[in-house]
Amino acid sequence: MQAFTTLTGVAAPLPIADVDTDKIIPARFLKTVKRSGLGVHLFYTLRFDKDGRERPDFVLNTEPYRHAEILIALENFGCGSSREHAPWALLDFGIRCVIAPGFADIFYNNCFKNGVLPIRLPRDVCDRLMDDARMGGNARLTVDLARQVVVRPNGEEVGFDIDPFRKHLLLNGLDDIGQTLQHATSIGTYETKRGTEQSWLPPVHVG
Amino acid sequence: MPEARPRTLFDKIWDSHVVERLPDGTCILYIDRHLVHEVTSPQAFEGLRLAGRRVRRPDCTIAVVDHNVPTENRRNGIAEEESRIQIETLERNVAEFGVPYFPLLSAQQGIVHIIGPEQGISLPGMTIVCGDSHTSTHGAVAALAFGIGTSEVEHVLATQTLLQKPAKNMRVAVDGALPVGVTAKDVVLAIIGRIGIAGGTGHVIEYTGETIRGLDMAGRMTVCNMSIEAGARAGLVAPDQKTFDYIKGRPFAPAGDAFDRAVAYWRTLPSDEGASYDKQEKLDARKIAPMVTWGTNPEAVAPITGIVPDPREAADEARQAQMQRMLDYMGLTPGQKLAEIPVDVVFIGSCTNSRLEDIRAAAAIARGRRVAEGVRALVVPGSGIVKEQAEAEGLDRILLEAGFEWREAGCSMCLGMNPDRLKPGQRCASTSNRNFEGRQGPGGRTHLLSPAMAAAAAVTGHLTDVRELA
Ligand code: SF4
Repeated sequence: MQAFTTLTGVAAPLPIADVDTDKIIPARFLKTVKRSGLGVHLFYTLRFDKDGRERPDFVLNTEPYRHAEILIALENFGCGSSREHAPWALLDFGIRCVIAPGFADIFYNNCFKNGVLPIRLPRDVCDRLMDDARMGGNARLTVDLARQVVVRPNGEEVGFDIDPFRKHLLLNGLDDIGQTLQHATSIGTYETKRGTEQSWLPPVHVG
Repeated sequence: MPEARPRTLFDKIWDSHVVERLPDGTCILYIDRHLVHEVTSPQAFEGLRLAGRRVRRPDCTIAVVDHNVPTENRRNGIAEEESRIQIETLERNVAEFGVPYFPLLSAQQGIVHIIGPEQGISLPGMTIVCGDSHTSTHGAVAALAFGIGTSEVEHVLATQTLLQKPAKNMRVAVDGALPVGVTAKDVVLAIIGRIGIAGGTGHVIEYTGETIRGLDMAGRMTVCNMSIEAGARAGLVAPDQKTFDYIKGRPFAPAGDAFDRAVAYWRTLPSDEGASYDKQEKLDARKIAPMVTWGTNPEAVAPITGIVPDPREAADEARQAQMQRMLDYMGLTPGQKLAEIPVDVVFIGSCTNSRLEDIRAAAAIARGRRVAEGVRALVVPGSGIVKEQAEAEGLDRILLEAGFEWREAGCSMCLGMNPDRLKPGQRCASTSNRNFEGRQGPGGRTHLLSPAMAAAAAVTGHLTDVRELA
């Protein structure tokens, strides 16, 4: 996983609440067996008409937002399914940070596994960042994970909260599995104990 | 051990699965059962392969194909190439990593959330995960069950654990006798209408109250299934005699003396008297009517006796704009009677409502009636076993004679990854769980409702109060 330290870039405003995972990437694009290449399907129905032509009024089809690296969104972003294709599509498009007043749990979790930073900020702060984002290419935002601040184009710094463990993994680009396997002995001990206490539990075995 | 404070069902399952608590409070949580399907697993197995890792506990894992599978003529193979590749990829992966698997042409095949309880793989007190948000379904057997992303699928395959922080506790109590014609689906739609699609975010919902206890296991599964539509991490119903009777004798459940020991343990799971919840909600079942959604998320729901609401009555401008967008997408006008909205397609299936009880409810309405002119109606059982049982009861004949299509098991038109899809502009009465834009096919319009209500819409050609047909 790519580490996330600081990011300075164009932020795209997406002032829609409850953006669900089918909106982020419709189910018909989940037939891939890879993680890459999903950026072309990002926000498919918002971005393209039924003949596959770009909708000129959708933010990511306009300059400078075609190169957006940050997304400013509204409440309950990423609700719906568990598809990790949602953060994969954002990442593949080039978006590495989503700022919103609230996220659905599974989506929020999935972001961290892919080096995408979801930032929760109060609605009024998001509204101000949304205004910054609308100013386009001259108004880049900076996200500094180590200091936990978003720097607005006017220099104002907005602090955000993040779980320290997740921050550590993200800053260092660490793979969760490697971290957990450092505790392999505890897992083994747990399994032995459980095997005795719940000896009634049969294994799954087919055929 | 902390002092004996009263604990909830969730607290008990959580506490008994903590392998280690890291300094910041993150827990390494042990996972008892991992259900794997073709859409969210290929990248996880690929990750294992690249890192030279194996599956730690194949004996706690079960794989099945459901999302992509055709629901007719499947013996002729899978026509859509990308779907076929995903299914073949899963078959290669389970063979390489030694994971138990129910093949496409076996009777055990079906929607992952149907087969877990059906096979006795999902049991009380367990932690269960799957790369699918509707894993909450298994909460009906009092398992802490939740959806995870593909990276976490890989994490569980490699370590049999997850890194998690505990959720908060929420209780939704439903009391009172359900009126005739009102089902578990109506109850859960009413709950979501009340608490909203983000009402459960960060929480595990425990459903309590006499109405929930009165539901059969299938109904409890329907309720828990849609917990995620309220934003909750999981749903739970306390285990009781109904739960134990349901589990007894299932292929993967403990048997004989082991079953008795299991039940003794399961009886310790229900929430303690005085356990506290971070959030509570109460519903009176006597006031619930058959429900139907009119918008493009599950909280946009109303009783079938109601009308399409007016965006001008919304609380603020943002809500107004959102409602207007929903109505434009759905092709509806404020004030229109819900019971007069015509439908093109009826879909009875999905992990919410494709169990035997659901098919019985649909057949009871279909018996002696005909699917309305111009309406296409599909019934897709949740598993090969549900299909066999329904056929043994003659339900397939009743449905076929009424003009319904009778298919093979899979997710089908719930998300349209297989050929069962809505065409742009088509309107569908669906027993599934999501009415998002394009969910059942690009441009398709979804109205969520119960199996009986769906069958009623099929025979009248429009959304209908099923109580008028009884
Ligand atoms: S039936 Fe629908 S909701 Fe259920 S697992 Fe399949 S696609 Fe997901």
